[in-house]
Amino acid sequence: MIREFPMIVIDKNRPAALPLDTAAKGSRLLVVAIPPGRSRTQLIRLGILEGEAIRVIERLPGGTVVIEKNRREIAIGAALAKNLLVAARDPAHSDSSHA
Amino acid sequence: MHSHTAKRAPRDHLEKHRHPGLAPAERPMVALVGNPNVGKSLVFNFLSGMYVDVSNYPGTTIEFTQGRYKEFDVFDTPGVYGIGSYNDEENVTREIVLEADTVLNVVDAVHLERDLFLTMQLIDMGKKVSVLLNFMDEVETLGLRIDVELLVETLGVPVFTTTATKRRGFDRLDEAIEQARRGRQDGALHHKLHAMLAAVGSEAEALLVLEGNDAIAARHGVAAGSEREALSIARRNRVNRVIDEVLIENEGRTRFSTTLGHWAINPWTGVPMVVAALYLVYLFVGRLVAQDLVKFTEVKLGQELWEPWVRGLIAPYVAPSSWLGTILVGEFGIATMTVTYLLFLLLPLVVAFYAALALMEDSGYLPRLATLVDRALNAVGLNGSAVIPLILGFGCVTMATITTRMLGSEREKRIATAILQFAVPCSAQLAVVAALLSGAGFAAMMIYSVTIFATFVVLGTVLERFLSGETTPLLIDLPPMRMPRLDNVIRKTAYRSYYFMKEASSWFFLGALGVGVMQITGLLEVWQNLLAPITTGWLQLPRETARAFVMGMVRRDFGAAGLYQLPLTSSQIVVALVTITLFTPCIASVMVMLKERGLKEAAIVWTGTWIVAFLVAGLLSQLLI
Repeated sequence: MIREFPMIVIDKNRPAALPLDTAAKGSRLLVVAIPPGRSRTQLIRLGILEGEAIRVIERLPGGTVVIEKNRREIAIGAALAKNLLVAARDPAHSDSSHA
Repeated sequence: MHSHTAKRAPRDHLEKHRHPGLAPAERPMVALVGNPNVGKSLVFNFLSGMYVDVSNYPGTTIEFTQGRYKEFDVFDTPGVYGIGSYNDEENVTREIVLEADTVLNVVDAVHLERDLFLTMQLIDMGKKVSVLLNFMDEVETLGLRIDVELLVETLGVPVFTTTATKRRGFDRLDEAIEQARRGRQDGALHHKLHAMLAAVGSEAEALLVLEGNDAIAARHGVAAGSEREALSIARRNRVNRVIDEVLIENEGRTRFSTTLGHWAINPWTGVPMVVAALYLVYLFVGRLVAQDLVKFTEVKLGQELWEPWVRGLIAPYVAPSSWLGTILVGEFGIATMTVTYLLFLLLPLVVAFYAALALMEDSGYLPRLATLVDRALNAVGLNGSAVIPLILGFGCVTMATITTRMLGSEREKRIATAILQFAVPCSAQLAVVAALLSGAGFAAMMIYSVTIFATFVVLGTVLERFLSGETTPLLIDLPPMRMPRLDNVIRKTAYRSYYFMKEASSWFFLGALGVGVMQITGLLEVWQNLLAPITTGWLQLPRETARAFVMGMVRRDFGAAGLYQLPLTSSQIVVALVTITLFTPCIASVMVMLKERGLKEAAIVWTGTWIVAFLVAGLLSQLLI
């Protein structure tokens, strides 16, 4: 079965996008926008792009964030986390995106 | 299906990366390519029978390694998430992939979704590919199921399942090389590639040009494409669709290693873990080996057994007081002091240090440590990844200076190199420092540590403030925590210690010879008098300490060793050790710095170490003595 994936979900009924470094530990999120720049290509390769589901597993003092995506843990520095926008995932939606 | 015979690009641009001493390749080229930490090196070790440094952290292979297997030349490449020009590792891997006849793509089956991005890109490049689906044992443990047949069908290339750590599936590597073939490219991409193909000659390079790779575009005098992002996103979506079809996730159990990994990055549990890890390293390297074992080897084996024996051996032929006698068996004798130092002091310490480091690496702890200290390192203009060169620096500054290549920007490489050359004592030097300090008492040890650490912080902050450029934010994939494999730890420790000793020995002998000659010719006296105002006036140390400085220019630990014979008070020991620690780095690391950072920067750092060493130690001396 081939499912279509939401690419960019911008919906007025959804909670507003917030920077990743402000997201609470343990929260399940959807990526809304990734910043331009050198890290962008690497983020896309690692599968962190608009519409993908992630979960925050650690938020360190100073803003370094560790997220989990498909059994992988990725550490994201403060400067990058500040510019990476996320939104809360619908509970109904939470485990449907293949992440 | 068409087949393109790619015009063979000259192998010249590969030559500059090639390890010296290996014959230029004319045989079919097989490249092992994959994400970091997926087991490429284990496959390579098996095929070539050569040992390649294997670690559970990214960045182990910065240069590539070439070996032979049957009629093939096999290449191990640095781990990458895609083929491009993101960093030095990618540049190396890209060139090998472009040249390779066959690509063995090693894939982590547990993290298929990450790894298939590279697989798809290799297929889009039109390379002949076989996929080795590794870590199959963990797939089962985690309750995952992979429909391998469907994967073969979707990708259009053969897939072989392996468990590299147990060498399971390795009997089919021959088949993997033989059956490698071109896979199913992205349909939309196909005709775009054709248009570009006429200009650049190979499909692989055509793809990279389309993806906006400036280096390849420049090589063929064409304009780089602007579609990198669109192509990457399309590829990522293709991967996601494939995963959706071939991967079935069942409820797996959470492994203890995952929990342990989480503890390591949680500040409340992570900081105590760092302290505990450092304390264990201190107990093992600093206490057990540096004090107990070395006391036995150095005094009993070196000074009481070896040195009298070699003096007795030489005595009938050369008078000990003659010039030759001085060089051979004198104070800095190349047959006495040098041998004792190398074999009975340095060797046990270096082995102990590398063993501790290997355990930390193989457990997957280092990247987590990098995450934990990320913010702190931001303060000195670095990001968490720099913790790897810095820790390696405590092993060998020379080796660590090479690994600064893995850092994201010129600015970070510059800062990390400077910090390493100024303020990080290497294991050999630490050994001698620890031995001297243990005689000077606890207060001395604290004053020394605080002074060196303060210099590190001040230097880093100043560089952070005044160096232009930007610090790249941390973005690393954390490998799973694993139980280190004892055989790998032993092999790695032995391999690294061997190369370290091999490298260190010649400089040690050369240094001893140099100081011996200076002693005979009276140059040592001249040098001591020259530096006397600084040594006795400003640093308030005995005149002879200047000798240690000459020796320190050759090797840092050698310099510290030169302090051994001097009658020093506790305060003087601290001042002398601070000087010798901050003082000019050893010849080998200066050479590497020259190569990596260029003449101007190396000269600035080298001169800077003189100034900082005498300044800081002098101030300390005025305070203490």
